[in-house]
Amino acid sequence: MTKQILFLQGNDVCVEAAIYAGVNFFAGYPITPATEIVERLAEQLPRKGGKFIQMEDEIASMCAIIGASLTGMKSMTATSGPGFSLKQEAIGYAVMAEIPCVIVNVQRGGPSTGMPTCVSQGDVMQARWGTHGDHAIITMTASNHQDVFATTVEAFNLAETYRTPVILLFDEVIGHMRERLIMPEPGEIPLIERLRTSVKEGTDYHPYLPRDDGRLPMSDFGGVHRFNVTGLVHDMWGFPSNNPNIAHGLMRHLVDKIENHVSEIAKVKEYYLDDADGILISYGSPARSARHVVENRRKRGIRLGLLELQTLWPFPAEKVRDLCSKAKYILVVELNMGQIMQEVKKAVEDPGKVFLANKIDGTFISPTDIRNIIRLIQGKGV
Amino acid sequence: MAVRDYIRERFMPHIWCPGCGHGIVMNTLIRAVENLGLRKNDIIMVSGIGCSARITGYLDFHTLHTLHGRALAFATGVKLGRPDLHIIVPMGDGDATAIGGNHFIHAARRNIDMTAIIMNNRIYGMTGGQYSPLSGYGRMATTAPYGNIDQAFDIVELAWSAGATFVARTTTYHAHDMVTILEKAIVHKGFSVVEVLSQCPTYYGRKNKLGDAVEMMKSYQKGTTPIGSNAKKQNPDLVERGIFVQEEKPEYCTEYEKIIQKVKGEKQR
Amino acid sequence: MTISGESLKATSQKKSSKNKIFIEIRRDWCKGCGICVAFCPKKVLELDEHEKSSISNPEACTQCGFCELHCPDMAIELILIQEGTK
Repeated sequence: MTKQILFLQGNDVCVEAAIYAGVNFFAGYPITPATEIVERLAEQLPRKGGKFIQMEDEIASMCAIIGASLTGMKSMTATSGPGFSLKQEAIGYAVMAEIPCVIVNVQRGGPSTGMPTCVSQGDVMQARWGTHGDHAIITMTASNHQDVFATTVEAFNLAETYRTPVILLFDEVIGHMRERLIMPEPGEIPLIERLRTSVKEGTDYHPYLPRDDGRLPMSDFGGVHRFNVTGLVHDMWGFPSNNPNIAHGLMRHLVDKIENHVSEIAKVKEYYLDDADGILISYGSPARSARHVVENRRKRGIRLGLLELQTLWPFPAEKVRDLCSKAKYILVVELNMGQIMQEVKKAVEDPGKVFLANKIDGTFISPTDIRNIIRLIQGKGV
Repeated sequence: MAVRDYIRERFMPHIWCPGCGHGIVMNTLIRAVENLGLRKNDIIMVSGIGCSARITGYLDFHTLHTLHGRALAFATGVKLGRPDLHIIVPMGDGDATAIGGNHFIHAARRNIDMTAIIMNNRIYGMTGGQYSPLSGYGRMATTAPYGNIDQAFDIVELAWSAGATFVARTTTYHAHDMVTILEKAIVHKGFSVVEVLSQCPTYYGRKNKLGDAVEMMKSYQKGTTPIGSNAKKQNPDLVERGIFVQEEKPEYCTEYEKIIQKVKGEKQR
Repeated sequence: MTISGESLKATSQKKSSKNKIFIEIRRDWCKGCGICVAFCPKKVLELDEHEKSSISNPEACTQCGFCELHCPDMAIELILIQEGTK
């Protein structure tokens, strides 16, 4: 059977992937450059028996997907910078109450209204630390439409596995660029469904008591078990508690369930790293230019490699350190003022060999831009 | 069932101050639910933050204690997930009309089937007595030490003009009426709003020299009158209570279900 | 009825009635706000030396239910006990 080949923009690919993953609830608010996701789901979801609602604001959209997810629906919202800022309080709620959901941020220039139609990767740290308090979070990205598809499905899988919000940090170029998508067949990418409790009706169900493997089986809210859900520190029944031991245990659980599984969660792509003297580290749309430079240099026998990050948080620090240990220089290519570069500096043995190739003017970073910076690092001038 | 069967007794006595009207609302709500013959599993209760929001912890329903002002937004997602269940959203006046004002008017506009109970004590109690959008001009609060210059909302008018299809006002003194009103609000198909004038003797009462809980309840007794009464004509300062709006309009979840039935299985255009 | 801190007193009953109504007050829930005392039309209740509601005049009770419905602490319950049951 020949596979279906589609020619779509990245935002549409994200929708196709979400539907593939089984999304059946979406709440959102129009915002450039993520609006196409909202529009396409408004059309698609009721056809699949799912539900779409355009809420009164970004805050409400985030709250609504949490409510729907609790009742057992696979839930998602999509936004860009200003909307992402507004969602942060409720993202923290989803972290605290351990409610699976997927938040797409198609990044544009910031701060504030910034450059709505222009590309940026300025929200990397906001994805990590946007909501208040110590916490862990999963954030993923992609540089091409096949990966947008796979990563979106993976986001739903991870949200269910770890009972956590997962952030998909795309960018304007990926969102609006049209390219080919080979549509995966049903079953080709495995789907992870919600782990539901086997505790019977009338028996004491503990919504916040982790199993030995750290996972917490859920019971659909409004179903056979009555329990409490709160954003306060809570005990295993979900009731508020001020007990220091309970607070400590909960905080450790919320962070450890993700940070202790970096190797399973975090994914990277390696291009020509084995013998690379110089390594580019990039993610999202700039990784396309970085890859172009690497392929081009390799043709001329120059030992350049690319480490493409597909997961930004939890940051795969050990992997970055191992893969970059022999490189003479590391050039981080990103569309911000070095948000991931700082993480790379923390990860590698010699931060002095880490450089930044960036753009912060709303335009895309070209292979020529990257080549010029490599020449500068090597003392060759442009 | 006995009233106490609806309560999570291990958390009693509750955190509310002596004489707090919110306890009377909880007491009354239980009786309304009992009179309707609803099972505990039939009700999802979603609250925000504040004194009022703590009601969810004490009642043995499906309970969701969310963020300040956001209860109706969470509840909207919950309702779309479980349209078959009754959703009750207890809110405070600050919770509902200040930080949650936008969610409130839009939930009313959508006419989504849930019951918003606004326990209006005209103050932020949990944080210690700051003025709310319901405190009223000239009233005292810790953040209005020289008298409040904010004008107050009228929750009934606000809900009415935003499109709520059931709007009522009652007081903690009129608890018998409250039971009946809550029963009607819960079974009403659409967005129902019940404003309950609820005393906060600790902050609003003390700051404004209104006496203790008993005195404040007496002021509800004397200061309110049934809708359209002769007393109101003679004394326009009286606050009317009763059911102001009760009408049928398309309900959001039902309408969405119709869309699903219409387009389900259709292929992409 | 042995819940600690509880006081239970029978109200006045018609002699022909087989049912008895008791007022039950959970003292550990009562916060002594005085609402029940102030509004009781027959002055059945009073605050004791511990500022808790207590039943001082059960015979006067007409079982109107005001105290039960208006208690913010849910500490008061009128209990119907049928003859022959415990």
